[in-house]
Amino acid sequence: MTDNSPPADDAPVAYSKTADPDRALLEEAVTIRRPANELYAFWRQQENLAGVMENVVSIEKLDDKRSRWTVKAPAGREVSWESVITNDIPDRELTWQSAEGADIANSGRVRFEEAGERGTVVRATIAYDPPAGIVGQLVAKLFQREPRIQTRRDLHRFKQLMETGEITTSARTRAQRENRNEDQTTTRELEENPA
Amino acid sequence: MKAITWHGKHDVRCESVDDPEILNPRDAIIRITSTAICGSDLHLYDGYVPQMMPGDILGHEFMGEVVEIGAKSTLKKGQRVIVPFPIACGQCFHCSKQQYSCCDNSNPADKMDFGREQLGQPMAGIFGYSHLTGGYAGGQAEYVRVPYSDVGPFVIPDDSLEDEKVLFLTDILPTGWMAAENCDIQPGDTVAVWGCGPVGLFAVQSAFLMGAARVIAIDHFPHRLELAKKFGAETLNFEETKVYEALQDMTGGIGPDASIDCVGLEPHGLYVDNIIDQIKVSTFLGTDRGHVIRQIIMATRKGGHVSIPGVYGGFIDKFPIGAMMEKGLTVKTGQTHVQKYTQPLYTAIAEGKLDMTFLISHRMPLEAGPEGFQKFHDEQDTYTKIVLKPGMSEAKLAA
Ligand SMILES: [Zn+2]
Ligand SMILES: [Zn+2]
Repeated sequence: MTDNSPPADDAPVAYSKTADPDRALLEEAVTIRRPANELYAFWRQQENLAGVMENVVSIEKLDDKRSRWTVKAPAGREVSWESVITNDIPDRELTWQSAEGADIANSGRVRFEEAGERGTVVRATIAYDPPAGIVGQLVAKLFQREPRIQTRRDLHRFKQLMETGEITTSARTRAQRENRNEDQTTTRELEENPA
Repeated sequence: MKAITWHGKHDVRCESVDDPEILNPRDAIIRITSTAICGSDLHLYDGYVPQMMPGDILGHEFMGEVVEIGAKSTLKKGQRVIVPFPIACGQCFHCSKQQYSCCDNSNPADKMDFGREQLGQPMAGIFGYSHLTGGYAGGQAEYVRVPYSDVGPFVIPDDSLEDEKVLFLTDILPTGWMAAENCDIQPGDTVAVWGCGPVGLFAVQSAFLMGAARVIAIDHFPHRLELAKKFGAETLNFEETKVYEALQDMTGGIGPDASIDCVGLEPHGLYVDNIIDQIKVSTFLGTDRGHVIRQIIMATRKGGHVSIPGVYGGFIDKFPIGAMMEKGLTVKTGQTHVQKYTQPLYTAIAEGKLDMTFLISHRMPLEAGPEGFQKFHDEQDTYTKIVLKPGMSEAKLAA
């Protein structure tokens, strides 16, 4: 049953109890105590995101709007697709979607909303085709855990890096950090090439 | 290095593990010179805290010497430091409000889910206190990795102050202080303190310093009650006295203006609801035992303050929400924002206004940690506070 009437409250649509079951839609927000333009600049340089996103192996810049994302897949394999920035409002908003023919069709938007002394609310909305058939199984396995949790963790690593200059780890040794699968790419680069 | 590790209920060991390494730019490695066993470590020892894993290194009250620093640490090798038990980044919204124990960034992103489920929002990182608080290795060890070392560690400026004078700045002294501060004590107030362990005893002293006219201390260990008496408190032994009734009578039917729960989830005593709670804990139906906090809410005067520094981890049932609301109580809680209090309390120690060394009943080498846990657990009246000294046995052998 589809209800086309406007939403009855001000909640993000991703949290509707009657959301369209054919569309996987998630939204996560995090508040970061840094100015919006700085956060936007990091995000606009899409290659940077590989350092904070747990499953992303690499993000290769193709041109100003296009990038190639390579993501860890089960059994040591990798899946890759091309992503295109479709809307770009400097310091405010970025929207992207996977190029036609991608194995994993996905689209998303990230907004940077000023929040006074609290900094900036970073709100990510991500939509992807629902798991079905072989591709669907792949999607489910790609997101090693629930996509929402993964997105929340990715956003929090982004927050940690922007606020503190490093991504927090509780490991005691390098070996332990590897075993815990805490993604520390960006911090490692900082360590090796301090600014 | 050697470290005290958790392996299950009533099973802690002294084991050899890999030395810690600098992993992030703001890290420092500290060589531990003194580390204490805390009353809240007994919650881990008794298996009441979820998210412990075999091999976890314990200890959140420790100090030592800086031996290694990351590129962005502000510490220097050779400095003596005390390390607050909550880990705080110094840059997030909560840290900017000096609410250090609420830091948003010190718990790794991968460890936040359980806290979110259990508490609504993830907790900050704490050394040696389960994966709910980050899964950090603690300081009951020869060395420890300290993240965000430019924020937490307090450099001891005066080398004449030996470890034992300042060690308790890491937790129990500021915790007792904040517990009293949370009561908004007015001159002439009567404050009741449940539990006369280290935090309770410091809460007694702090309440007097903040202007309380009377402090009533409640425990069942005679030695602890004696210590409370030394600081000017009146005492109640809950094994011999009906606490609620006595408090109402002693305060002329009004009840204490403020009450402090320095017991938390592991109160002793054979109360009916306590026994039910214990059964629930052992069958995983409930995680906390709440006799003390129920009694506190009933006993405190209308419009009064309740402060909870004692550790609770999950849920309790039969919570007297009606009494809390109808009486208009103000309840303040929280893990201590230690970093906020280190400088002023250090000054009070350096000026001789505060001396906490009376608490220490035993000093042991690190290797005796497991025995220390067992003694502290079973003989709390004699083992008021144990300080573990890594290297102590070798020093003794050399002497
Ligand atoms: Zn403690
Ligand atoms: Zn913080």
